[in-house]
Amino acid sequence: MLAQAQEVSVRFGSFTAVRAVNMTVGPGEVVGLLGANGAGKTTLIRVLLGLLRPSAGRARLFGARPSLETRRSVGYVPQTLGLYSDLTVRENWSFAASAFGRAGTRVPADLRPWEDDLVGGLSLGVARRVAFAVALSHEPKLFVLDEPTSGVGPLGAARLWQEIRQAAEQGAGVLVTTHNMEEAEQCDRLYVMVAGRVEAEGAVAEVIGDRTVLEVRCADWMRAYQALDDHGFAVQAHGSVLRVPVPPGERDTVTGLLEHAGMDVTVRVRPAGLEEAFMAILGDGRAAHDPHGAQAGGSAHA
Amino acid sequence: MRWGLDGVTVRFGSRVALADVTVPAEPSAVTVVVGGDGAGKSTCLRSLVGLVRPDEGRVSRPPKTRIGYVPATGGLYPDLTVAENLAFAVSSYGVRGADVGAMLDRIGLAGARDRLGGRLSGGMQRKLSVGLALIHGPDLLVLDEPTTGVDPVSRMELWRLVSGAAAGGTAVVVATTYVNEAERGTRAVLLDDGRVLADGSAADIAAGVPGAVGRRRARDGVSPGGEWWRRGAGWRVWSPSGDLPEGTEAVRPDLHDAAIVAALAAERGTGGRSAGAKEE
Repeated sequence: MLAQAQEVSVRFGSFTAVRAVNMTVGPGEVVGLLGANGAGKTTLIRVLLGLLRPSAGRARLFGARPSLETRRSVGYVPQTLGLYSDLTVRENWSFAASAFGRAGTRVPADLRPWEDDLVGGLSLGVARRVAFAVALSHEPKLFVLDEPTSGVGPLGAARLWQEIRQAAEQGAGVLVTTHNMEEAEQCDRLYVMVAGRVEAEGAVAEVIGDRTVLEVRCADWMRAYQALDDHGFAVQAHGSVLRVPVPPGERDTVTGLLEHAGMDVTVRVRPAGLEEAFMAILGDGRAAHDPHGAQAGGSAHA
Repeated sequence: MRWGLDGVTVRFGSRVALADVTVPAEPSAVTVVVGGDGAGKSTCLRSLVGLVRPDEGRVSRPPKTRIGYVPATGGLYPDLTVAENLAFAVSSYGVRGADVGAMLDRIGLAGARDRLGGRLSGGMQRKLSVGLALIHGPDLLVLDEPTTGVDPVSRMELWRLVSGAAAGGTAVVVATTYVNEAERGTRAVLLDDGRVLADGSAADIAAGVPGAVGRRRARDGVSPGGEWWRRGAGWRVWSPSGDLPEGTEAVRPDLHDAAIVAALAAERGTGGRSAGAKEE
């Protein structure tokens, strides 16, 4: 394993940020760490990088305790990219290369069109590629990437993923922290954190599991939306199709409610998407561990 | 088309920020403008609300007092509390019968009414700024990247505000960098480099992919012919002619595939612009 958390807990005073988390990232894998704000993702990353000592449990990087030495083999790209905006691409490249004792290497060919541009003036897509190339330059064994493709158009994102996948195929492990579902869907495995705990893990399909939603079609979708909203359903509109995150058993209730109001509706049980599953996991996690803090619209278990 | 941009071109000096862009805004409908950083989304929205004057084309919109607009950053007073922000918006729009308490409930900030706007989390700030834009019951609601960087919980809540406004008859135009949010709209416009790559409902865009799209497992690698990109661990390939390279399995393109194909097709059309060429 390249990176491993074993029963890691982190407490800040009376607040527990991470609770007994187990996690691994192996060579060739792209692993996603998904969670809402405050779920504990950043704290866990800091433990794995050796920036923070766990209150309990242990972290391992390349089989050893995280240290300055092991950190040299980690390529970390924060959301702010960690580049110098008032230096050119070449200057950023040379600076990083000299810091890692690899002075004299050239900027990768695909970035040479921007070699003399200030990083601050680049489009976000190109700036992200520069940041990834800089992280890649010291041939790390593990990448830690924070929302690596956010803000970049679909084609730019696809090209970034190509570079990330290539690094993984050459044996690196990749850990992506994100709350962008499109990025999560690109990962081989996911860990879903809720309030410091890992509440779900596995491939995207495993995380979604057998969760479902009700899909409501109605000629007057606006009226149907308002009726469901008035009754406290966390209904979501996808164009004029409504999706209601409740178990299949609620189908008759939903149909009856709308028909009673004089609407002609079709209600079907449909597989949940990743975002809907995430909301359900969040609701279930909160209900299980903090019944008073549980939010509506959570449970969508089949 | 009730309101919106019709064949709009905007130039900033020699740079073309928008080229012949059409974005409809219809009552009870949500138009989602999708594109990466620098695609021209903000210029679109700013043209729509009257902050940018187009060089060509037509813009129609309701009177200014009937528009609610939230720019990509800001849109609230950081030194006022949540309730004061709303009360101030009520008095500046001169709306009668606006209910601050009801809006606090609607945007889910009743419990934060006395917190300063500047002290709220990113998601809460976005919800407040949408609430400020909705307080006078606008006919046209224009939101510039309300969900960027916002966590999934706030994102769902923000979309419920959007859908609720549209269900109440408002025309809504929302800009986003997330392709999957195009599915939220009754209509989507995909923008890149100031041009429209594709438009229509998410289903229409996915169904309108020219040629064929195929997939292949990671270990089988790529082969000549077609344009390749990664999807998870595997590969996707687009063949404009419809003839897929051997050893690929045809798939029905989804919105993601369609957005990538549209960008690839546009690149070919302009003589193979290098990836992410120097734009804004």
